[in-house]
Amino acid sequence: MPSAINRSLALKLLSIFIVFGAWEIAGHIPVSYAFPTFLDSMQALGRMAMDGTLFVAYGETLRPLVVGVAISAVLGIALGLWIGLSSWFDWLVSPIFIVMQAAPLAALIPLLVMVYGIGLTSKVFVVCIMAMPVIVLNTAGAVRNTPSSIIEMGRSFLGTRPDIILRIIIPSASPIIFSGLRLGVSAGFIGAILAELKITPTGVGDIITYSRSIADYPSMYAAIFSIILLAVLFLNLLELIEANLFEGNNRGYASD
Amino acid sequence: MTVFGVRLPGMSSLILWGLLWELVGRSGFSFFVPPLSEVVTTLFAVIGTPAFLNALGQTAYAFFMGVLAAIVIGIPVGIMMGKNRLLDELLLPWVNIFLSAPLTALVPVLMVLFGFGMRAIIITTTLFAIWIIILNARAGVMQINRSLIDMARSFGATPLDAFFKVYCWAALPEILGGVRIGIIRAVKGVIIGQLLISIVGFGALFELYSNNFMMGHFWAVLIVLFAMAFTISELLAHLERRVSYYAAKR
Amino acid sequence: MAMPQTDENVVQAFEAKPENAVSARNITKTYDKVEALRDLSLDFPKGQLTSLLGPSGCGKTTLLKIIAGLLEPTSGEVEVNGHKVTGPGPDRAFVFQDFALLPWASVLRNVAFGLELRRVAKSEREGIAEKYIRDVGLSGFEKNFPHELSGGMRQRVGLARALAVDSDVLLMDEPFSAVDEQTRRKFQEDLLGLIQHENKTFIFVTHSIEEAVYVSDQVAILLPRPSRVSEIIRPSSFRNKGVSNIRRDPEYLDIVDRIWASLRSYVE
Repeated sequence: MPSAINRSLALKLLSIFIVFGAWEIAGHIPVSYAFPTFLDSMQALGRMAMDGTLFVAYGETLRPLVVGVAISAVLGIALGLWIGLSSWFDWLVSPIFIVMQAAPLAALIPLLVMVYGIGLTSKVFVVCIMAMPVIVLNTAGAVRNTPSSIIEMGRSFLGTRPDIILRIIIPSASPIIFSGLRLGVSAGFIGAILAELKITPTGVGDIITYSRSIADYPSMYAAIFSIILLAVLFLNLLELIEANLFEGNNRGYASD
Repeated sequence: MTVFGVRLPGMSSLILWGLLWELVGRSGFSFFVPPLSEVVTTLFAVIGTPAFLNALGQTAYAFFMGVLAAIVIGIPVGIMMGKNRLLDELLLPWVNIFLSAPLTALVPVLMVLFGFGMRAIIITTTLFAIWIIILNARAGVMQINRSLIDMARSFGATPLDAFFKVYCWAALPEILGGVRIGIIRAVKGVIIGQLLISIVGFGALFELYSNNFMMGHFWAVLIVLFAMAFTISELLAHLERRVSYYAAKR
Repeated sequence: MAMPQTDENVVQAFEAKPENAVSARNITKTYDKVEALRDLSLDFPKGQLTSLLGPSGCGKTTLLKIIAGLLEPTSGEVEVNGHKVTGPGPDRAFVFQDFALLPWASVLRNVAFGLELRRVAKSEREGIAEKYIRDVGLSGFEKNFPHELSGGMRQRVGLARALAVDSDVLLMDEPFSAVDEQTRRKFQEDLLGLIQHENKTFIFVTHSIEEAVYVSDQVAILLPRPSRVSEIIRPSSFRNKGVSNIRRDPEYLDIVDRIWASLRSYVE
């Protein structure tokens, strides 16, 4: 249905136009001395991109994010698999992650700063505590919810326990594990930015804090705009990969 | 988990972790980890102090105002999106963006626009909670069984009747699910807001304790905070299970 | 069905007292004090199809899973070809009600999966799988994924997977209950061909009276709470009259009626 696709695309563009237009107008009124217009902000963004400050800043910001997400992914998936496969480990460990999932872990940041100082370690830790619970709980839940009929199938065709874990449970759980990773990355972004704003201003957090202090609001808005845009684009990319990678994995169980 | 035929309750392993904490604390492993017993003693000492009650009151106020705003705005917007295709197509991309965007980055903007105070924190809280509430209310309305709507119309329900007697109830389980997740996010939002603005509520308290290295106090407040967050989330999950008993049977 | 008619008669005469491929002896199964099966004994003759028929909750699937070695009986034992069952074994293959296909694997890999778990080399197991994919009529779909197939085709994949491991006994748990009526009839006809072609023993769980009578050499009627075998019926006259004539055969109709009469009081 090309016409339907056109309509949806046109509406998306219209919706973007309305929002940015409203931003522009609000900046002209202005609603606040600290509210630059959309075009001014984009100009500032262009300037920072041209002189390279933006890319240097992102190099700085993304480092704790990448390291933290990598650690959380490896450790989180391993823990999640173990929790899903072993009832005693589930009993022992999952309450911690259930509490972590519900708790405002950001409150731990002052403590992390006290223990690990204001360097990279603390920031990586912040990313990890934000990203880990959802990865662990998604993995464990996915393993636990493997359809019992395909596990029975594996047993009846003489699969050994390692066979059933490697060839049935893990492939069957992988779409949910992956979406847990995506949510982990999303939480990791929150953690990375929080770390830069709260612990020490570096990277994009530095641009935001510094331009606020000298009242260069267009630059401040531009930096915020760019980090949100980056996060959203990256998460959408992950979602796209997810949809392609596991196409049909979630269908086909149904006995229709 | 069963041991010798006795089923151990779900969260009982936390007792074991508490014991471990006590042992680690007593071994003098780290200055930053005082024994749990000491933390608990401090907890009871701290809990009645004006500083604590003040922080709690401010946090609770910001939290409730933020959640209230998120619910009051979020549910009607979500229902309208579910019913009106044009509105849906215009708003949905933005709802999805803000659902996954790192909203922490917006806090500095809120600070310069609304000042370093309560208002910015309330708006942060609302921003954390509202998107999932909208999305779930929308999903709830959209999944309503077509034949249920036809039934209402064929029995001559007025649009207003249909809205309040059919739509609201049929979408209720999803709406409540959204409110539950929204509230859990709001708890995180209110704390993040306070930490970044850090002159009110628990944010100020944490600042005070960590600057003076009062580890017992720090942990005590942390435990209270986590326990409250966990209780809220379990309570809501329990309520949701009670209300959405019919969700599975549609 | 290329087998000459005369040979078949000779075989049947010879098997006047058939040898049992599977026998269940005094099986009792209780779940948390609820008795699913009580002291149930039943023999399954070699090379024949035995149906387990009964209302829901009569424990027929439980019995099948005990024979498969997927469940352990509380007491009693199952013998397959004279060996006691202690778990799943190479002598039995299972066909699942909900197909139990791996959604991330192609038809070819799904059919070869039983052999994969037995460490058969890739080229060899794929050769075998291709043969059985052809046999169940799915040639050309080797590269497709389960979600691209209809329910009936999915069950053909499940059937091919069970045939590919070449077990003596095929255990089928309501294999046709999730497919539509026309497909189901075609399946039943194909199953009759399969019984004659392959020298295998079939154990077939169903809740459809017509289906049980149509495909079975022996129908065991199970009654619930606690489950027991109430009757064993052996249709005799219509088996060789050709697939299209069975449903009109007087004996077929009589047996269907008789079974319904004994089951109707158990339908709430």
